[in-house]
Amino acid sequence: MTETTRRDLLKGAAGAVVLAPGLTLIAAKAQARAPGSAASAANRFGLLIDTGKCDSGCTACVDACKTEMGLTGHDRPATDVQYIRKVNVKDPATGAAHSVPVMCQHCAKPPCVDVCPTGASMKRADGIVLVDRHICIGCRYCMMACPYKARSFAHEDQTNQREANPRGKGCVEACTLCAHRIDAGAKPACVEACAATGKAAILFGDLADPNSELSRRVAAEASTRIRADLGTGPAVRYQGI
Amino acid sequence: MKRITFRELTPMTTGWLALMGALLVVAAIAGAAVLYMEHQGHWVTGMTNQVVWGTPHVFAIFLIVAASGALNVASIGSVFGREPYQPLGRLSGLLAIALLAGGLAVLVLDLGRPDRLIVAMTHFNFKSIFAWNVILYSGFFAIVGAYLWTMMDWKMKGYYKGAAVTAFVWRLVLTTGTGSIFGFLMARDAYNSAVMAPLFIAMSFAFGLAAFILVVMGAYAGSGRPVAPELVTRMGRLLGLFCAANLYFVAVQHLTALYMADRGAVEAFILADGGIYTLLFWGVQVALGGLVPMAILFSKNATRCTVRFAAILVMIGGFAQVYVILIGGQAFPLNLFPGMEVSSSFQDGVVGTYAPSLPEVLLGIGGFAVAGLITLVGATFLRILPDSLAAD
Amino acid sequence: MRAWVLSLLMGLVWLTGQAWAGDISPVIPKAQGACVDEPQAMRRHHFDYLKHQRDDTLRSGIRGAKYSLKECVSCHALRGHDGKAVPVNAEGQFCQSCHSYAAVSIDCFTCHATVPDKAPKTAGVTQ
Repeated sequence: MTETTRRDLLKGAAGAVVLAPGLTLIAAKAQARAPGSAASAANRFGLLIDTGKCDSGCTACVDACKTEMGLTGHDRPATDVQYIRKVNVKDPATGAAHSVPVMCQHCAKPPCVDVCPTGASMKRADGIVLVDRHICIGCRYCMMACPYKARSFAHEDQTNQREANPRGKGCVEACTLCAHRIDAGAKPACVEACAATGKAAILFGDLADPNSELSRRVAAEASTRIRADLGTGPAVRYQGI
Repeated sequence: MKRITFRELTPMTTGWLALMGALLVVAAIAGAAVLYMEHQGHWVTGMTNQVVWGTPHVFAIFLIVAASGALNVASIGSVFGREPYQPLGRLSGLLAIALLAGGLAVLVLDLGRPDRLIVAMTHFNFKSIFAWNVILYSGFFAIVGAYLWTMMDWKMKGYYKGAAVTAFVWRLVLTTGTGSIFGFLMARDAYNSAVMAPLFIAMSFAFGLAAFILVVMGAYAGSGRPVAPELVTRMGRLLGLFCAANLYFVAVQHLTALYMADRGAVEAFILADGGIYTLLFWGVQVALGGLVPMAILFSKNATRCTVRFAAILVMIGGFAQVYVILIGGQAFPLNLFPGMEVSSSFQDGVVGTYAPSLPEVLLGIGGFAVAGLITLVGATFLRILPDSLAAD
Repeated sequence: MRAWVLSLLMGLVWLTGQAWAGDISPVIPKAQGACVDEPQAMRRHHFDYLKHQRDDTLRSGIRGAKYSLKECVSCHALRGHDGKAVPVNAEGQFCQSCHSYAAVSIDCFTCHATVPDKAPKTAGVTQ
């Protein structure tokens, strides 16, 4: 089933530059989805993170996430919410060390979605894994099941939420890949913040679109996924680990 | 076969009032603890983003596992036709319902959003073993309730055998479901094993019978009714057998994991250098809760007194076992980068710290109080307990 | 005799009802501009509209639909005397005043933002 409407085609044409008959260059900027249209299985949004470019002292992505999502800590590291964190990884055999940003890996087969009793843990058509906090009962089974430790539990009352990220006590939450920004045609906050530092270690794109920079990079260069052996099929790929 | 007279407990005696009052007070304190935790949020408990299930879950799982085991006495009498156990079938069914209700109450009251319990009852993700458990638990109440009815109403005698077999099969499936909550978790090295289901069934046999023995002895001592010592030691020998089965599956669980190279670290943590978890495993679970009671129960000199002592040890050991599985398994860090040294601001690569908080413990004990209240009220208003369990 | 007592009681109820009627109606702060739907329909059905939309938006990713809690807040949050937006669930504000009158608790704002990210659209200032 194709979900492309005439309006989508017209919008698409507006964002593309016709170089020659039959040859168009698609503008790099993602398109905002038309109002009223649903996320489509024709997309598979993901990230490519080059740890070689990631500085261990830099927390630009983490800070941007906290601001974008309205995550306020209480100086309680064991219970404070983190959507993205920097993991320092060192090979004890060789001494090689990397700093690796880890967030929800937006798995193709997410264990959190499998175990959720109510269906609050869910995968959107475009592969973004979300918690529907309207029906989350706070059982935390998804946190038991996630191999990436990507989810946090809101351990206390929340205030000063951002419009785009409603969050409250007693529910589980995690990185949304900034679904609200993607829907509006923008990149996730961490990606933008990383680019603003000049390092541009995180590349965002559509893995289902063979012409996207992300697809072309992962087709040409070696990349790995965290715990690929588990078969969860993360949409986040890494280089240099 | 001798005729058995069932008689209600006499209410409003001093002992009855004291017990009822004590159970109500404990349940009320647990209620207050729940209000406190729900109002403040889970940060006031010992639970964290690393150890997401804590003491309430230890109590809840212990009670739920014991519930299905408590039904075994009825099954042995009806499904397997052992006559000495038949008079105890009604108490077995009632205790099973009571323990399950107590466990579920604790589980539900620890949810982040207990006000949304109705959501759990109306939205089902059938790929989730948790959702299946909701159905299995509800079904257990209905089936054991019907089973009790066939035991207590002579007009329903025709359905007795069918209800008994259904209840027995259902309880096996139910405990398989409880064990599979852990068995199906590939993320954490301590779990993710098919042996979890039979292990939990063996655990349920032991914990449930231990709880049953203690309730029978308490109820008969309290109400001044006679119990034949042979019945107690017979149940004791059966308990010893169940302890052996539990230890067998524990051995299988750990030997299997030890054989897998990537499980070496988590096994070393639980079995050798996990601090409190290692101590609880060897000292309390295996020795105090397994080997010592087996020695007592299989002894030729076993008496009512020693059987009671052994049953208490099995309960304590069982509690430690659930604690080690649940908390120990979570405290061990997730392995995102196998073979690498990791650190982060999110407790990556470090053993999770967990200390039970008072409100959590109070909530858990409240689960026992709820189970006790249901048993006491049931045995007071229904003809549950035989007038006498003396030998012929 | 019983009929007399009954009519006396009913009369009393009617009298007290008359005396209190003026005092208990909620005072609802007004937003400027038109709502996305007829106020009558919104009063009766806003929760159904929002509940339907929440699933569409979160689970299917449908944005920019007619009904949106975000839009409700952006119009109905008034500016306080300090120029900052006042939460819509604060005492006497748009959502709260009616909900406390109807004795219906709102679960939306344990999670959802009660003030818009940007300055409120409405020019209204809270009393």
